[in-house]
Amino acid sequence: MSALERFAAEVGAEGPVTVVGGRTQWDVGGAVDPAAREVRAPSGVVEFEPAEMTVRCGAGTRVKELDAALGEHGQCVALPAWEGASVGGVLAVGRSGLRRLRLGPVRDALLEARYVSADGRLIKAGGPTVKNVSGFDLCRLLVGSLGTLGFLAEVVLRCRPLPAVSRWFAGEAEPFDLVHRLHQPSSILWDGTTTWVLLEGHPADVEDQARLAGLPEADGPPDLPAGGRVSMRPSSLRSLTGRRATFVAEIGVGVVHTAEPASPVAAAPEVAVLNRRVKQSFDPTGRLNPGRAA
Amino acid sequence: MNEKEPLPLVADLQRALAPDRVRVSPLELELYARDASIIAGRAEVVCFPLTTAEVQAAVRVCRKHGRPFVPRGSGTGLAGGATPIGDPVVIVTTKMTRILEVDADERVAWVEPGVLNLDLSRAVAHLGLHYAPDPSSQQSCSIGGNVATNSGGPHCLLYGVTSAHVLAIEVVLPDGSVAMLGGLDPEPAGYDLRGAFVGSEGTMGIATRIAVRLTPLPPAVRTLLLDFTSVDDAAATVSGIIAAGLVPAALEMMDAEITRAVEAFVHAGFPEDAAAVLLVEVDGLAAGVDAAASVVAEVGRAHGARTVRVAADEAERALLWKGRKSAFGAIARIAPNYYLHDAVVPRTRLVEVMRAVYDIARRHDLVMMNVFHAGDGNLHPLIVFDRRADGVLERVMAAGEEIIQACVAAGGVLSGEHGIGLEKRDYMPLIFSADDLDAQARLREAFDPDGVANPEKVLPAGSRCGDLQKIPEGAWI
Ligand SMILES: Cc1cc2nc3c(=O)[nH]c(=O)nc-3n(C[C@H](O)[C@H](O)[C@H](O)COP(=O)(O)OP(=O)(O)OC[C@H]3O[C@@H](n4cnc5c(N)ncnc54)[C@H](O)[C@@H]3O)c2cc1C
Repeated sequence: MSALERFAAEVGAEGPVTVVGGRTQWDVGGAVDPAAREVRAPSGVVEFEPAEMTVRCGAGTRVKELDAALGEHGQCVALPAWEGASVGGVLAVGRSGLRRLRLGPVRDALLEARYVSADGRLIKAGGPTVKNVSGFDLCRLLVGSLGTLGFLAEVVLRCRPLPAVSRWFAGEAEPFDLVHRLHQPSSILWDGTTTWVLLEGHPADVEDQARLAGLPEADGPPDLPAGGRVSMRPSSLRSLTGRRATFVAEIGVGVVHTAEPASPVAAAPEVAVLNRRVKQSFDPTGRLNPGRAA
Repeated sequence: MNEKEPLPLVADLQRALAPDRVRVSPLELELYARDASIIAGRAEVVCFPLTTAEVQAAVRVCRKHGRPFVPRGSGTGLAGGATPIGDPVVIVTTKMTRILEVDADERVAWVEPGVLNLDLSRAVAHLGLHYAPDPSSQQSCSIGGNVATNSGGPHCLLYGVTSAHVLAIEVVLPDGSVAMLGGLDPEPAGYDLRGAFVGSEGTMGIATRIAVRLTPLPPAVRTLLLDFTSVDDAAATVSGIIAAGLVPAALEMMDAEITRAVEAFVHAGFPEDAAAVLLVEVDGLAAGVDAAASVVAEVGRAHGARTVRVAADEAERALLWKGRKSAFGAIARIAPNYYLHDAVVPRTRLVEVMRAVYDIARRHDLVMMNVFHAGDGNLHPLIVFDRRADGVLERVMAAGEEIIQACVAAGGVLSGEHGIGLEKRDYMPLIFSADDLDAQARLREAFDPDGVANPEKVLPAGSRCGDLQKIPEGAWI
């Protein structure tokens, strides 16, 4: 029996069950029913062909370990490499890291997923090539679904070249203007006073862009307030000007890290109906991660 | 049919829209009987709504009369996606062509589905922006069609395909309700229904308003043309460039036949004696572009490139791209019919797959040309023929099936950008198990429990229980 088959057998077809990654974002989407059995996805790199710029790995693989293996060949994946976080966990939650401005959302990193369905079968979604429109895009549906539609077992991810240099700059500057002045900055953060900029690429280009930004070099990004995470239209971040409460906003992206917990956002009623129908269709008995909702 | 007493279905549609935007004349039905593929069906009625409310009204009339509907954009699809099956109402978006809003600050545009791909890029060029996905059909295909097929194009190698550029979609669902999928904020609540809808080929509803991301024009661009005395060397160069850790903005290949055809057509100075040429573009900031261009030239020379021509200015660059983009116009002068395939293979397998594909054409005694998105392994073997010739269509179809088999055998997939539609529906089991197909059918069911939106497309009949059938009744090739 392969590791995937063992995992599918472990998930089985009956009774409440929950899949555990690195527990780094365990609270997102609500608490899982304590009666649910815990399972863990297989881990380890299965196949990495540097000239293909794709990697196949178990969903339980730590993102940091994956990046270390890819880094030896000058590559990485566009997933946030939070300490201890697993590839499957990061995909299931779907939240991006600080370089989203350049790398795009997490959902665009996933090419193929093998997942275990609510009735315990191994299902393939997508395909291993970098381009593919063969059938419906279940991969997009799985990213951010918080393990409520299926449990990721193994994935194929798109790799990215590591930038030649990667430097942070920080100081007092108007961040909304910088988004337009700089070409493809990797990150622009703003806490209402200070602006941080991450520039990556060819050393001479980074030097040039740094001059344009007019900011001194910094050690790295600020510590992010960990109370809440708010999703706003990028242009509405301007409304945070003069706000007292502690925040760090991702300019050009719209994610805001706040000190106080964020209030949950409900989907519009017509969309909520669709969400329910999707859940019902994939997990009619509600056994996957019961208690949690995307 | 009697002009004065239209069918109740037609009368209801005319009341819901306007009499002149509901058409039943045989001539018009014939026009809408197929897309740009060679698969034809039959439309019962064709209608042209102007607004979301009219699309909604049309869908409700379909439901009332128990009729399926087929969304249709410009009809440039190549997989039979817009081919009407089962006497449906064809709902055409070509009159919904307004660019509703352009927000240069947020780099977002709201468009109606009938807006043509290139028209959007043209409309925002003065802001230093463009809409990045650039299918070769961009002068004529609609953004709604692009969303429904998750279109790609040369520059999607670096910038990503349509899905990466669509933020939100207003959809008229198969039950006649309207929902906004996705949003302009980065992490909308709930499942990524926007992502699920993109590429759904009209089977989950009709997109009526779309928010797309606009991309700044790059500060520096370098376009290179490399020419080779063998297809193997060109294909190996493609793999070599990716292996060097470089993702160019575009990396296109044209073989000898198509290069000659194009040169005769546009006179861009393509070498007519080359076995293959690569058109490579790198963009970004100046130093990075310089470095990338040198890598491309070096890898090319290491693989035997005879010449490396670098476009000296914007005019020369435009000319080289004109050559690439007029490939299909050039073909029209060679033979009356063509069959354009679309499959993806791992880019490390390009050399062997190209050999296999040429071999298949040779064995079936067919003229084949290749002009394709080599950088992402997206092959477009193109067979030119004259369908009036005896038995040629059978050979074209047989070769097509073998090409698909060869790509799948090399670890590839059925389609990189044209979609599955009717054309490849029955090949789905080549890459998906019955359980995999069942999962896709479950998604479709959540959007369209009664199967009224573009029936018979994408998934083989019986995907929910595993029995398969051939080309559906009412369709012919
Ligand atoms: C010469 C030529 C070159 C091409 N090159 C490329 C290329 O480089 N890359 C590429 O990706 N494609 C290419 N294509 C294929 C085609 O242009 C694309 O698939 C395009 O996206 C189809 O758009 P359309 O408006 O013509 O859609 P149509 O052909 O009208 O419809 C295509 C599918 O989308 C559905 N649909 C259309 N509008 C909507 C809507 N508003 N809501 C829901 N569903 C809808 C239809 O039901 C159908 O299933 C090419 C075609 C030709 C003829």
